[in-house]
Amino acid sequence: MAVKVYGWAISPFVSRVLLCLEEAGVDYELVPMSREAADHRRPDYVARNPFGEVPVLEDGELTLFESLAIARHVLRKYKPERLGSGSLEQSALVDMWVDVEAHQLQPPAGAIAVECVIAPALFGRERNQAVVDENVEKLKKVLEVYEAQLVQSRYLAGDVLTLADLTHFTIMHYFMATEYATLVEALPHVSAWWKGLAARPAAKKVAEFMPLGAGAPKKQE
Amino acid sequence: MSTNVARVLVCLEEVGAEYEVVNIDFQAKEHKSAEHLARNPFGQIPAFQDGDVVLFESRAISKYIIRKYKSAGEAADLLREGDLREAAMVDVWTEVEAHQYNPALSPVVYECLIYPAMRGVPTNQKVVDESLEKLRKVLDVYEARLSKHTYLAGDSVSFADLNHFPFTFYFMATPHASLFDSYPHVKAWWERLVARPSMKKLGATMAAAAAGIKQA
Repeated sequence: MAVKVYGWAISPFVSRVLLCLEEAGVDYELVPMSREAADHRRPDYVARNPFGEVPVLEDGELTLFESLAIARHVLRKYKPERLGSGSLEQSALVDMWVDVEAHQLQPPAGAIAVECVIAPALFGRERNQAVVDENVEKLKKVLEVYEAQLVQSRYLAGDVLTLADLTHFTIMHYFMATEYATLVEALPHVSAWWKGLAARPAAKKVAEFMPLGAGAPKKQE
Repeated sequence: MSTNVARVLVCLEEVGAEYEVVNIDFQAKEHKSAEHLARNPFGQIPAFQDGDVVLFESRAISKYIIRKYKSAGEAADLLREGDLREAAMVDVWTEVEAHQYNPALSPVVYECLIYPAMRGVPTNQKVVDESLEKLRKVLDVYEARLSKHTYLAGDSVSFADLNHFPFTFYFMATPHASLFDSYPHVKAWWERLVARPSMKKLGATMAAAAAGIKQA
């Protein structure tokens, strides 16, 4: 029985799961859901995720929610080396940088992406430049830490690609479609790391599901 | 005491590890010193050192500790990484604490306890009321879950449950503690948790630290 993912792939949290499935070479089916039709609030969906959010993953008898819990399950089952499994220190470094993405990078980069890309395209409103400016300042400081780390190692948790790197892709894919991509491009090691991630076949495949992100043909004004 | 520090200390106590807490003086901006930045480049606490291993991010530190002391008897299986299904359940409810439970509950702690004590500002009742509304919805889900399982990830305690301790402990010191009375299975779960030796010990330390702050 193939793995099923429920959600809309335009969500970076749904696509984070798809990226891990692609990287692990797992056959899956994306069950389409409509945010506009509030499919995630229907009783049959809430039975799968009592918080009524996407994504959900079904793998045999197992029904999971929370994108990072799903990602960990997929990798633990199908590609454990991506979690640093078997090494105390390596698995700790993976966990650490996964949390750094969630706590340090995602808040400012996600806010900038929402203001500059998502809100105009999907919410029908213009960006709030004050919010953007505040988050640009925060993100600059965060990216300095990333640059310092990536001087020392090819990937965030060491010299092997792990969930720590993969978890960054989908949010950054949207962020890199904004004019603030220059913040990343200005840092040689972060830039090289990003390009390497985005060049992976799994990332390219998932990028196709997120047409508002980086590399998409721009609308002609 | 920082709730993120407490998260790590609960795990150290649960596995029975020996440890030393080195105080970082925020008033003196020690968290921004070069020495501390070498441990945690984001200038936050906790940071952790075990021989050559230096870590930050409290959940990463906690999981390292649990894995390292895995053979220590009852504390053994707080992550359940030997079983795919159980490990996934631990991960799910650990994420739920971070994304659903904590965002609803922690503003009440900040408004009722932390901001008045540390900044001398009055409680913003609107924030409290909105948070309590969100928290009720979250506790509805927890009540349903805990009516079927003794603990969040299954029938024995796990890392997922432990993560709830620090902020919930402080919540119980706010005027809104009685909210949990409406959720009998949640309340019973909480009482089972705080009866654990690790939480009794840490609770005493946290209460003493809080009393110290109020008097400062």
